[in-house]
Amino acid sequence: MKNLRRILPWLASFIFLGVFFFLPLARILALGVGVFSPTFGAQFIPRVLRVLGFTFYQAALSTLLTLVLGLPVSYLFARFEFPAKTFFRALTAIPFMLPTVVVAAGFTALLGPRGWVNLALMSVLNLEHPPLVFVGTLGAILVAHVFYNATIIIRVVGNAWAAMDVRLGDAARSLRATPLQTLWHVTLPLLRPSIFAASLLVFLFDFTSYGVILLLGGPKYATLEVEIYIQALQMLNLPAASFLSIIQLLCTLIFSAIYSRYIARVTIPLKPRSPWLNLEKPRTVGQRLFVIGLPVFLILFFALPLLALPVRSVVQLEAGRAQQAEIRPALTLDYYRELFTNRRGALFYVPPFEAARNSLAYAALTVFLSLALGFPAASALAHPGQLEKWIDPFLMLPLGASAVTLGLGYILTFNRPFFGLPGSLLTSPWLVPLAHTTIALPFVIRNLQTALAVIPEHYREAAAVLGASRWQTWKNIDWPIISRAVVSAGAFAFTVSLGEFGAATLLSRPEYPTLPTAIYRFLSQPGGLNYGQAMAMATILMLVCGLGILLIEKMRLPGTGEF
Amino acid sequence: MKHLIFSIAMIVVLLTGCSPASPVTPTAPLPVLATLLPTDLPPAAPVPPSGEPRSLTVMTHDSFAASEGVIREFEKANNVKITFLKSGDAGAALSKAILSKDAPLADVFYGVDNTFLSRAVDAGIFEPYGSPMLANIPAEFNLDLKNRAVPIDYADVCINYSQAFFSKNSLAVPTSLDDLLRPEYNGMLVVQNPATSSPGLAFLLATIQKYGDPGYLDYWKALKANGLVVVDGWETAYYTNFSGSSGAGPQPMVVSYSTSPAAEVVFATTQLDNSPTASITSPGTCFRQIEFVGILTGTKNRDLAEKFVDFMLDVPFQEDMPLNMFVYPVNNQASLPEVFTKFAAPATQPAGVPDTLSSLRDTWIEAWTQAVLR
Repeated sequence: MKNLRRILPWLASFIFLGVFFFLPLARILALGVGVFSPTFGAQFIPRVLRVLGFTFYQAALSTLLTLVLGLPVSYLFARFEFPAKTFFRALTAIPFMLPTVVVAAGFTALLGPRGWVNLALMSVLNLEHPPLVFVGTLGAILVAHVFYNATIIIRVVGNAWAAMDVRLGDAARSLRATPLQTLWHVTLPLLRPSIFAASLLVFLFDFTSYGVILLLGGPKYATLEVEIYIQALQMLNLPAASFLSIIQLLCTLIFSAIYSRYIARVTIPLKPRSPWLNLEKPRTVGQRLFVIGLPVFLILFFALPLLALPVRSVVQLEAGRAQQAEIRPALTLDYYRELFTNRRGALFYVPPFEAARNSLAYAALTVFLSLALGFPAASALAHPGQLEKWIDPFLMLPLGASAVTLGLGYILTFNRPFFGLPGSLLTSPWLVPLAHTTIALPFVIRNLQTALAVIPEHYREAAAVLGASRWQTWKNIDWPIISRAVVSAGAFAFTVSLGEFGAATLLSRPEYPTLPTAIYRFLSQPGGLNYGQAMAMATILMLVCGLGILLIEKMRLPGTGEF
Repeated sequence: MKHLIFSIAMIVVLLTGCSPASPVTPTAPLPVLATLLPTDLPPAAPVPPSGEPRSLTVMTHDSFAASEGVIREFEKANNVKITFLKSGDAGAALSKAILSKDAPLADVFYGVDNTFLSRAVDAGIFEPYGSPMLANIPAEFNLDLKNRAVPIDYADVCINYSQAFFSKNSLAVPTSLDDLLRPEYNGMLVVQNPATSSPGLAFLLATIQKYGDPGYLDYWKALKANGLVVVDGWETAYYTNFSGSSGAGPQPMVVSYSTSPAAEVVFATTQLDNSPTASITSPGTCFRQIEFVGILTGTKNRDLAEKFVDFMLDVPFQEDMPLNMFVYPVNNQASLPEVFTKFAAPATQPAGVPDTLSSLRDTWIEAWTQAVLR
């Protein structure tokens, strides 16, 4: 009975992942087990090793760079008050949910061979060829990865930093520690769990990167995920694809296991303090420079590539006539107007509002499901017993699974009536939010787990001694401390769903078109109007994302301000 | 706490109120089309069967498009409700069909092309159907003599170029694959990686047809030496690198379709009297992609599936395809829209699928990768 009570909290998550992750994955991976023969190995292994090497290399480098940007920004958000803070938070979060095609288009419009930067340099320096080579380089991959994933560090580390008592640092300094010593001996050790949790997430995302590598790195670079995609969908060689997937999963499992072992040792229970009391206005010159300089950099780094899209969606670059080589940009709202008309009575016309509504409905369902499942699991894993320590790394696996493999696994598993459900789940629109939840759940669990782990047990004991029920303890102790993490976890789930990560692309349903599917549809046909409409739809997606994030941030969750 | 419960309740209300939970309601056809089309088309032959409409599922790739009126007409005539199951790009959709063949998700599969045809047929996903409509289809398109897959449309993968660029620089447009090696075209061509893109693979096959194996590798090495640019897929090549369309990129030549210039006119922001692009269609420079439809093995609606295949081969659907998917109809009775006759030209003597493709595809692509990318 006692055991059952221990198991129950994470059991729901585990069963969910079992059915919607491990089962489909096992079905598809089984195809790859029989394939390994010496000749196959001799042909394939050198190629796999080369790809694996590059995958590791770029992921490690990207993670490092993401930390270099993410940590100072976390500090900025955690410790200082400055104007338009919510805006900057939302700004750093938007890239995370944009489809790669759109982000690549943004970077190309800014830094591509005919991007603004190159055009400006060419006219200023009187050059004939664009001086800046960005697209098709390792640099482009790294920049795009930092652009995408900085928000993970900012959110996870930022939240931990915000709740960390600023007086700990003050105490160290009064004992004559230099700021550097304080950072090294007090701040960083306390932040370590969150830094590791965030870095692992970032690393896994970079490790399984696919769209960025193809679109910005070009065909010279290939990660495991790119190879899996090629083998599965271009060569139709499913055994080879599943063999590669197994390697990718093993790597993920190893990282997660190392992390779980490590995290248990370094988590320090902490007396939290309301984040609001830790905030200050910049006082010294150095602080002022920091608080002004970093947001300026954030604007340059995040807003410029993002702005390239809305600008492009209202500017017509097409030459009016074929004989005119000069391109005269003109302002236009035609692309937006065209979105709302079904000119030729097309069967698959997507009204923008409908696409936005479908996207939002899927996202809301994903937030609800992943919080409902993730909360109990995170509570159990925050204070793990022997069993939980073993379970823990497996809960992270969905982040390292190949989207293509999982999508194909869904097809094998859910194309027939399942558990007595009528019809096949594969043709049901419900499968999309369920697939989104499998990807969002690890995020939510990690996010909540790090927040819960730092609550000192004696708080709860004290409450119990004073006669508080379990519910009262939870409401008055746990909830106020973790509510920020809940908001942040919810925001992650929201963005994962809105950006349509992973398997969802193989599961989309034409009756319920979403914003990303509408963007892809426009981009797959030639013609200026199609490209313009894709940019307009991408701008709408950006707005919806931005508003969603602002709303989630603004939600005054009860208890947040009272601690 | 009250707030939280409230917000959860709101979410639940929102969700049950809106899309995923509500039953499928087909959007009503546009009023204009609804009134025009039935009188335009010949009256539905026999008395339409009455009662509850039956359902037919058509699995296809994401690029499938049709006019609503044409599809609704078929539905009305046969008292059937069609569900389209769009399943990713051509490769993804086919993988999905092959993986689910024991419990097929659909009755009909449309969109396997001649480069994937042997995979589909060998996997046994199709039941043969010798449609009577095949009488109007030229034999050159009918690649599966057992009629397991029936040709529906074709499109030629050709090099497109920016008209403005060539006329402004008084440069002659290349007319053969050999021409592309000349120094005046240095750095002017962007192609797609054949490992990740179907037009990329099609163009690779055109060069294999022309220069043979292993001659094609020397050709590609020479192209590379002449400043060839390779990107992952069609979208990047056309919208980022190509200078003829909206991307205004650095390369004035791109691998695309011979119908793309027509699409440029149809989807122009302002009305154009000429296309900004044109395609090189001279002998031996293009590859002809043919798309097929097949009845999925184990369908419970064989009769309706047959009717749907006949319908796809019949004139109304064949004439609807060009402006929806920018492909040519295989039915020689179907007439082409004006924008096609004016701005698009089919290739002369395009390459087709070599017999050895299914066994050598992987080898060719890997050899190409080694020669061009490494």
